[in-house]
Amino acid sequence: MSDSIFGIHGQALVFQSQRMGILASNIANADTPNFKARDLSFRDALQAAAGQGSAGQPLALAHNQPGQLSGTAENGGAQELYRIPDQPALDGNTVDMDRERVRFTENAVSYQTTLSFLNSRIKGINSALTGQ
Amino acid sequence: MSLFSIFNVSSSAMSAQSLRLNATASNMANADAVATKPEDAYKAREPVFQQVMEQNGGVGVRVSGITQSTAPNPALYEPGNPLANKDGYVYSSNVNPVEEMVNMLSASRSYQTNVQMMDTAKNLALRTLQLGQ
Repeated sequence: MSDSIFGIHGQALVFQSQRMGILASNIANADTPNFKARDLSFRDALQAAAGQGSAGQPLALAHNQPGQLSGTAENGGAQELYRIPDQPALDGNTVDMDRERVRFTENAVSYQTTLSFLNSRIKGINSALTGQ
Repeated sequence: MSLFSIFNVSSSAMSAQSLRLNATASNMANADAVATKPEDAYKAREPVFQQVMEQNGGVGVRVSGITQSTAPNPALYEPGNPLANKDGYVYSSNVNPVEEMVNMLSASRSYQTNVQMMDTAKNLALRTLQLGQ
């Protein structure tokens, strides 16, 4: 029901909030030795949302026995991947502060965009319901 | 993991960075302290950060320990100093002021970044609450 109303934006909101948490962890650990920066792939999440995940990207739990719980993959269907560093640091840390900050800001803007899409959808439904 | 885990993550980073700032302040305050023996002289202190999994997802930071610098304490010839040994030498701290300055800048920038991150997460969470209004 909610999927048909909001389309892909509901899943996009989940994905963007998960990604924001991961980017926040990267920035928080900018000075931690041996910390490896992580990220989510938007492409994987989009494919998972469109129901055609690539191999090794579980979309949902398999459901072939009665009584099994259904569930959906965390992170909006995208796996957490390690970032490939531009230049290695001697302490094993792979966080590039500039890149992480840019991605965090970019992700925050995407989140707000998704929110405004959802808002206009809700407004549209509201005006259809009230008929004014 | 949700927007709320960002509060845990960035608050852990903020407390770690403020401890680092504290260590820098201690080092700078004791930069000119002298002692009779090199082992009694002040050694520069530096925190060691470690990643830690937060309860609701996200990776925070904690300070796993404080290391003391192993750099030699320079001997100064000050025969008039009451702490001088029988040869007239006192041992000063091994704090490197330039290093401490850089540490201070780095810690304060990281702290600021984490505050901004928390602010962004707060604004987005509030906007999400106002969805459809």
